[in-house]
Formats: sequence, C-alpha cells, structure tokens
Amino acid sequence: MSVVETDLRQAVEDAAAHLYVWALKDIPQDLRDALAEAKDRETSVPGRRVLETIVKNVEIAEREDNIVCQDTGIAVYTCRVGEHFPLHPAKIYEALKIGTERATIDTPLRSNAVHTITRENTGPNTGHRLPIVHWEFVPDWDGLDVKCIPKGSGSENMSFLKMCVPADGVKGIKQFVLESIVGAGGKPCPPGIVGVGIGGSADYAMYLAKEAIARPVGTRNPDPHVAKLEEELYELLNETGVGPMGLGGDVTVLSCHVEHADTHMTLNPVAVNYQCWAARRASAHLSAGGEVDFDREF
Amino acid sequence: MAEHRLTFPATEEQIRKLRAGDLVTVDGHIIGIRDRTQIRIFDEGVDPPLDLKGAFLLHTAPGVRKLGPGKYEPVSIGTTTSARMVRFTEPLGRDHGVRAIAGKGGLPDEAIEPMAKYGMVYFALVGGAAALETTQIEEIEEVFWEELMPECLWKFRVKDFGPLWVGIDSHGNSMYRDVQTEATKKLEEIVAKL
Repeated sequence: MSVVETDLRQAVEDAAAHLYVWALKDIPQDLRDALAEAKDRETSVPGRRVLETIVKNVEIAEREDNIVCQDTGIAVYTCRVGEHFPLHPAKIYEALKIGTERATIDTPLRSNAVHTITRENTGPNTGHRLPIVHWEFVPDWDGLDVKCIPKGSGSENMSFLKMCVPADGVKGIKQFVLESIVGAGGKPCPPGIVGVGIGGSADYAMYLAKEAIARPVGTRNPDPHVAKLEEELYELLNETGVGPMGLGGDVTVLSCHVEHADTHMTLNPVAVNYQCWAARRASAHLSAGGEVDFDREF
Repeated sequence: MAEHRLTFPATEEQIRKLRAGDLVTVDGHIIGIRDRTQIRIFDEGVDPPLDLKGAFLLHTAPGVRKLGPGKYEPVSIGTTTSARMVRFTEPLGRDHGVRAIAGKGGLPDEAIEPMAKYGMVYFALVGGAAALETTQIEEIEEVFWEELMPECLWKFRVKDFGPLWVGIDSHGNSMYRDVQTEATKKLEEIVAKL
C-alpha cells in the first residue's frame, strides 16, 4: 500500500475503534428525547417506573463513563463508499475488524462472538464473517461514511420473516408486524424501534428491516406511501398494551421505520427486525485525505 | 401493589408473601447464571460448586475486568432475556431449592406451575439498565467455571439491587400472562378493523 493508503487504513481503524465504544456509552439525542417523552406520557405505574429507570440509567452511564447496556452486541457496520475513495473496500473491512478488536480489548468490552456450532468464544467480538458490514457504493464522490450499530441479542432474537402473498396486501403486512411485536412481548426490551423491510426478496427484506432500525428515531421514509404505513403501524403498535419491558402500558414502541424495495409481482415479503430501547448507533464521515468528522445525527 | 425489601438467600415463607406486581429491592448475595452454565448443570450433569438453597439467580453474562487469579471487578453487569432458559425452572426449584430467578422479559407460562409448587418467584429487571445495576454490585466475591467466560457461575454481593417487579409469584399469578392475554384480545380487535 502507498503511504496515503496506509494512513487512510489507520484512520478507518481508529474511527471504528472510537465508534464502537462511543455508540455503547452515549446514546443519541433523538433517542434520549424519545425516551423522555415516553416517560411523560406513560400512564401505567410499572411502565412509568421502567421508563424512569431507563432514563436514570442513561444518565448514570454518562456520569460514570460506562456503557449503557452490558450486551455489547455483534458489531454491525454500514459503509457508504464513494467511487473515488482511495482505499479499497477489502482494506476498509480489515480496518473495521481490527478497530472492533482494539475497542473490545482496550475498554474492555464483553466478548460475545462464538462459533455457531461449537459455541467456543472466538475472541474480541470478531470471527468468521464478523463484524458484519453492509456496503453501498456512491458514484461521483470520494468520501466514506461509516455507521456502527452494535446489535444486542435480546432484540435480534426477536426477528421475523413472512412471505406474504400479493393478495394479503398492506393488511397482511400490518397484521404480521402487529403479531410479531405482541408475540415478542417484553423479550426485546421495549419500548424500542420496530424496523420493517418490505419487498425485494426474503434476504433483502431483512436487510431493509435492519437499515430501518438504524435510522434516527421518528424519521420518515421519503416515499409517502411508506411514510403513511410507518405512521399507521406506530399508532396501532402502541394500542396493543404490551408496554415498557412487557409489563403493560401505553408505550410499546418509540417508533416504527419501514424501508422498501420493489419486488416481483408474485412476492410480498415482510421482515421485522427489533431494536431495543438502547438503540445504539454512531457515525463517522471520512474524507479522501483521512479527515474524520464524527456525527450523532446520521 | 406492595413494596418489599429482602435479603438473599431467602426462605420459602418470605417468598410466599410476594404477589405479582409487587416492587422489591434486594440486598445480600445473588448468583449469576446463564444458558451455558445451566446446560452444564442439567444437560451435562455437573453439580454446581456452591449451594443454591434459598438463592436468587440472576440471568447474566457480565462484562468484567480481571484483577488477578479468580478475581474480577465489574465493568458492566446487566441482565439477559430469561425466556431462553425456562426449561431449567422446575429442576432449579425441585433439586436445588432456588427461591428467585431474575432477568428481563419474563418467563413463559410453563414456569407458573413449578414456581407455585416449589415456592419460587420470577423478578423482572429493566433490561438494558446495566450502568445502574453495576453501581448496585458491591463486589464479585467468587467465580466458578471461568472456562465458560462470560457465562460462568458468579457470586455477587449487592446493595439496593432493583427495582425488581414480581413478574410471576408463587401463587399461580403472572404479569406476563395477564399482559399477553389483554394484548392478544386487543390484537384481534385491531386486525378485525384493518
């Protein structure tokens, strides 16, 4: 690698190491606002106490410079790579992996990664195909955006896929999302963000659901048909009464985000990916010259 | 809804006084346990290296910093989803005299009967509130089966541990069953109007 590439690889590695820990310690302002608002509108006694405890916990994490939740998750990154960014994605991946390991060892963070059959721990939150990185390539640009989404297992275990048929329509989509969230109950640490992926294929619908949970709380899809579905699902999900931590109440979800892809005329896939109340995310923008701009709002 | 303060290990008589929905704060000793720990005890038939009579079991795999041989300090100690481990409820009560199981998200309805039969309760913690819970852990006194890290068997000394709700009591009541029953009814109404 040239000197420029070496420096840039190091900048990506440093950014990843910072993002992973930052995301775990300091949850974004949009989420803090949503939790505070939820606390004020919750009327059930246990539900309100749960939300007060959550808000207090976020404050303690900040005061003690500690992570919010002990589940440091699996490290998931999304990368938007500019066509002219001078570092190849293979090297970006390597830098993200080493950055994840450094953050895990230096902090220290709990090592969650295991071989899926032997269940042996693979070390510092990396392993075969870990971290997970999603890629998007942007023409006519020379920058790199990296978003780190440490994904806890309590919420990831509450992931659901249904291949609805076209005749099920939007009604089928809504019914499946509602059934999934009622069935999940308190297990995924509600109230969180419900991510829904519709269209594409089975695998792509789930990818879209994951993209949806990584958006700032309450943002709306630019497609008005999809935005309307987000609003309707948000209202209906909060009518179910599951409530904070599944103990009953008014606030079951903080937000519902939907991402979509066009699909085959005979397909109507619906994927649900849940994000717990500790909806951790942190982003960095890197220039071709290696300057890094850390970002809370992305 | 009553409020209680309990020190663990506890007796059956103390546990029988608790009702679903009550709020509890705990002092004393609690035992950290998780999937692999219980697979070792019940599926692999290895006796736990400490007495669980009267114990409070916390579903957890803590984040820790190693200080020396067998000695750790807490970094982040929270709780995990309990439902995965429901099948261990009955043998924990019947064979080991465990009095309380704590975690988040509740235990499915199959836990209600053994909890009533053996005099046990399920305590609900706020999942994700690990920064708070870590401040309530005074010390990690002992750790067994370190090779299962972080799913070892942990002995913690705690002060003001909570808030905890009695999610399932020893009289056949479950907050989770009640919430699910209502939510399922509500779901049917919503779906009928879609």
